[in-house]
Amino acid sequence: MIQIEGLHKRFGKLEVLKGIDLQIRKKEVVSIIGPSGSGKSTLLRCMNLLEEVSAGKVMVDGQDLTSTHTDMNKVRTEMGMVFQQFNLFPHKRVIDNIALAPMEVRKWKRDKAEEKAYALLEKVGLREKANSWPSQLSGGQMQRVAIARALAMDPKVMLFDEPTSALDPEMIGEVLAVMKALAKEGMTMVVVTHEMGFAREVCDRVLFMDEGIIEEEGSPEQLFSHPKKERTRSFLGKVL
Amino acid sequence: MDWSVIVEYKDLFIRGLFYTTILTIGAVLTGLVIGLSLGLMRLSKKLVLYFPAKLYIDIFRGTPLLLQILFIHFAVLPEVAKVFGLSSPDAILSGFVALSLNAGAYIAEIFRGGIQSVEKGQMEAARSLGMSHTQAMRHIILPQAFKRMLPPLGNEFIALLKDSSLVSVIAVNDLIYAAQTTAKVTWERWVPYITAGVLYFILTYLLSRVVFWLEKRYSTEGEGNLDDTN
Repeated sequence: MIQIEGLHKRFGKLEVLKGIDLQIRKKEVVSIIGPSGSGKSTLLRCMNLLEEVSAGKVMVDGQDLTSTHTDMNKVRTEMGMVFQQFNLFPHKRVIDNIALAPMEVRKWKRDKAEEKAYALLEKVGLREKANSWPSQLSGGQMQRVAIARALAMDPKVMLFDEPTSALDPEMIGEVLAVMKALAKEGMTMVVVTHEMGFAREVCDRVLFMDEGIIEEEGSPEQLFSHPKKERTRSFLGKVL
Repeated sequence: MDWSVIVEYKDLFIRGLFYTTILTIGAVLTGLVIGLSLGLMRLSKKLVLYFPAKLYIDIFRGTPLLLQILFIHFAVLPEVAKVFGLSSPDAILSGFVALSLNAGAYIAEIFRGGIQSVEKGQMEAARSLGMSHTQAMRHIILPQAFKRMLPPLGNEFIALLKDSSLVSVIAVNDLIYAAQTTAKVTWERWVPYITAGVLYFILTYLLSRVVFWLEKRYSTEGEGNLDDTN
């Protein structure tokens, strides 16, 4: 599904990603953990080229995203993204936040797009908020709308960039529940997270990143219970 | 003070009011088009777009409007007219061109500021859904930016209305011209200038009400609720 080879990313002189090789298979749920500044969000943002890559290859469904011939707008319709700060469109009602992209990008009629939007709101348990403004929602509700918005394009992969980090503790559960349901349906997911419980319970594979490289990877059981590397052990010791 | 001179010269003042209003509205509309284009160019990463826009804005903001009016009326436009085999342009046309070009530079900076004030995440969210840069600008960035640009745009329009008085130096028959002419002919020193002042004040007052109404209208939907509920 996603294949990354020799990925480097520099911001000026600072090298944030120092050669990443990674493969995400279809229907796989992978979480990326690691200390802040380790490059995990940057890696995720390189997967849909929100961040330009400095060197290396990013392939999605066999298509090389770094090639100039690739129509990135089209590729991005297949990849949903959920942000730490939600990034809902504040000047649009909840229903329009979700229906906008199908109408603009897929050229759907309003009726069809809204029908889809209502179905997705139902799924994230917020149908009654369809006509609210984003500013009237709680953080957890905003993030669930953001997930619905990303799903409206019927993506093949969902990228989550610390989806619960900006939430009050009592709202984290409702967002994780939506993500768990999504994983159960067989969605391919890459999740940058600090929620070790989620990583352990839901994910097929966990990557531990530190200082721009993937330090260790394995099944949740392997990585959390029997970490091989000293760095992984000391990180887990601090967060668990 | 002899107020009867106003009745006697009312045609001059009516014409002045007309020219001042027309010039300002024309310059605002043209300035908006120039400003939006330059503002977007100024934000571009491409040097061929960025650099000319920056140069234009710096020159028009860095020199006096009065100089620009004289320069365009006596140097630039006559030269351009000659190339096309036309006679020298009307003062009103020169005034319109100078005010529009000048307003364009200021409005460009307002557009740039408004666009930059929208959080980076908004563009990223739009692009992550597969929207093109243009679609994201049109549906996500500009509507939010526009709301924030209204107050500074309102200030700019009011400043432009007042600055339009400078075109009287190239003998456009605006309000200042009407006041000066009446004063010269009648030897009445107070009344013509007071009249022009009152008329300018009425115009700026009406304009500020329109801007205020627009701000209110746009803040009652969407993001504006933030201000209401918080």
